Amino acid sequence: MTDKKTIYDKIWESHVVSNNDDGTTILYIDRHLVHEVTSPQAFEGLRLAGRKVRRPEFTLATADHNVPTSDRDKGISDPDSKLQVETLERNAKENNITYLPMSDKRQGIVHIVGPEQGFTQPGMTVVCGDSHTSTHGAFGALAWGIGTSEVEHTLATQTLIQTKAKNMCIKITGSVIDGVTAKDIVLAIIRKIGTAGGTGFVIEYTGEAIRNLSMEGRMTVCNMSIEAGARAGLISPDKTTWDYIKGRPLAPKGKDFDEAVKYWESLATDEGAHYDEIVEIKAEEIIPQVTWGTSPEDVVSIDGIVPDPNKENNEEKKKSIERALDYMGLEPNTPVNEIKIDKVFIGSCTNGRIEDLRAVSKIAKGRKVAATVDAMIVPGSGLVKEQAEQEGLDKIFIDAGFDWRDPGCSMCLAMNADKLKPQERCASTSNRNFEGRQGRGGRTHLMSPQMAAAAAIKGKLTDFRDL
Amino acid sequence: MEKFNKLSGNAIPLRITNVDTDMIIPKQFLKTIKRTGLGEFLFFELKYDQDGNEISSFALNQDQYKGANILIASKNFGCGSSREHAPWSIADYGIKCIIAPSYADIFYNNCFKNGILPIILDEETVAKLQDTAENSLNFNIDLEKQCITFIENNEQKEISFDIDPAKKNSLLEGLDDIGLTLNKSNTITDFEGIQEKRTPWLYGSKLV
Repeated sequence: MTDKKTIYDKIWESHVVSNNDDGTTILYIDRHLVHEVTSPQAFEGLRLAGRKVRRPEFTLATADHNVPTSDRDKGISDPDSKLQVETLERNAKENNITYLPMSDKRQGIVHIVGPEQGFTQPGMTVVCGDSHTSTHGAFGALAWGIGTSEVEHTLATQTLIQTKAKNMCIKITGSVIDGVTAKDIVLAIIRKIGTAGGTGFVIEYTGEAIRNLSMEGRMTVCNMSIEAGARAGLISPDKTTWDYIKGRPLAPKGKDFDEAVKYWESLATDEGAHYDEIVEIKAEEIIPQVTWGTSPEDVVSIDGIVPDPNKENNEEKKKSIERALDYMGLEPNTPVNEIKIDKVFIGSCTNGRIEDLRAVSKIAKGRKVAATVDAMIVPGSGLVKEQAEQEGLDKIFIDAGFDWRDPGCSMCLAMNADKLKPQERCASTSNRNFEGRQGRGGRTHLMSPQMAAAAAIKGKLTDFRDL
Repeated sequence: MEKFNKLSGNAIPLRITNVDTDMIIPKQFLKTIKRTGLGEFLFFELKYDQDGNEISSFALNQDQYKGANILIASKNFGCGSSREHAPWSIADYGIKCIIAPSYADIFYNNCFKNGILPIILDEETVAKLQDTAENSLNFNIDLEKQCITFIENNEQKEISFDIDPAKKNSLLEGLDDIGLTLNKSNTITDFEGIQEKRTPWLYGSKLV
């Protein structure tokens, strides 16, 4: 056995409360994010069993999935959504958990709010009843999505019963070419390893192209670890990480911060640590990526064509391509940059941060959204919205014909009023292109914010570098 | 939690790979604040067309599969979100056992919290079982013995499966995980004491 450890090994070992005889481990949970959809049954379970929340101060709640992104002063019109949000508010209050309501400018998508508030820090274990909790791995935290039973377990015990996953290293060597974003990197990764490629693993992203990413970009990459099937995805923290955290409301202060940095520096994977699997991708081979089908692994480069099931030898794969093409209303061999779109959604925990909006503003400035396209921009949080407005981005968006909205998950999963109609085709910066994801019968193409903005202007999928 | 030991019944073949949690239970049914009552919405958008008519080609709508309590699915079943509404809707519908070549991680774990046994078998075996299921055969699942038995062409067939011993035990006993962990409250408190010394900045700050 080597004493060299990966960052995953280190965080795991530092959170072991006890190892059980049956091979499972009780793992301590440092931070827990709670939202309205996956928590009501957990709080109800606690109530029925007469149990209390062990560490309310390690828990942060906000409503994001169900909230409207316009006309907020009118409240939530859907009675079921309203009840769910009110239930969260009541549960948070009864259990002394900090709750950020819709009226608070810090409200937003949990995975944007956590980092923004300094709630997420390196070396932590972070959970949430949401699969995109992997986002927080960008900070060198071990962060993963859990079901409602585990939400209840975390609330009651501040621990989870876990078994250790395997270590996978995905190394993106070299530097990306101009105009290639974190979203293109992660789509290229899923294209290569598939949606089950990471099953049973925690992925660590390494290599120059990852190191060069901002925190926002790292969050985009880690966010979609779940789309590759991984339990979690993380990146060893560095100066980029501390610079982002410093000064945030929950960041360590003064001497504590210096001590924290010293500790955080010790988290990075040791040179020569063992990985169970290593995947390498050359950054310079990646160009802007888009999805054509109904699985996040259905990825092509923007200069590519829609696949032809008749060229597929594997019968199961062939059937799955046929099903996806039928749902997406696409003909085999169609050049991807000829696919016309009806809607554009820019936002989500994947691409709803300030950097994403700045990138969109550069494309939108002085241009107009095509007459045939409805394009909405939904900031990831109230603070992202405020920042964008301070920078005057909202004016650029509105002048170009984009709809500038209030923060929430919105059309990423279409639980609120923002959804596609049947057969509507959408260029989306979100994370899932599943059948019905953005509205029943809706057709989703995943891409970067720049690419979605360019699609809005051209009315079709297009390489934004050609604008 | 409900115990799982033995199960006997018909199986529904579902030959779609990468069945995601949006397919299992679409988002419009996630607005509930209860765990129960989701069975009727299971696979809703595969069961009904946009006008609300039953899609007759979908297995769950076919008479021969009514009352079946086993689902034989394809690889990477349950991928996507962490919504426990997926296993809740499956269990509420009456399906207590799934057989597939592979599952998404979170979904797989969620099954065990809800008394559902997710069996993993190789792709070829699963494909054969899907064929077998079409003949409305009765399958017997025995978790204790880790085997599936059925009679096909007058011949007794037996297929054994692997399962993690801790997960097996939790289903057999119907364990209350939270209660068991709470029995170790003192160990958790000890851990917190050690952690607070090592990384004091994790303690004491609360957002207001």
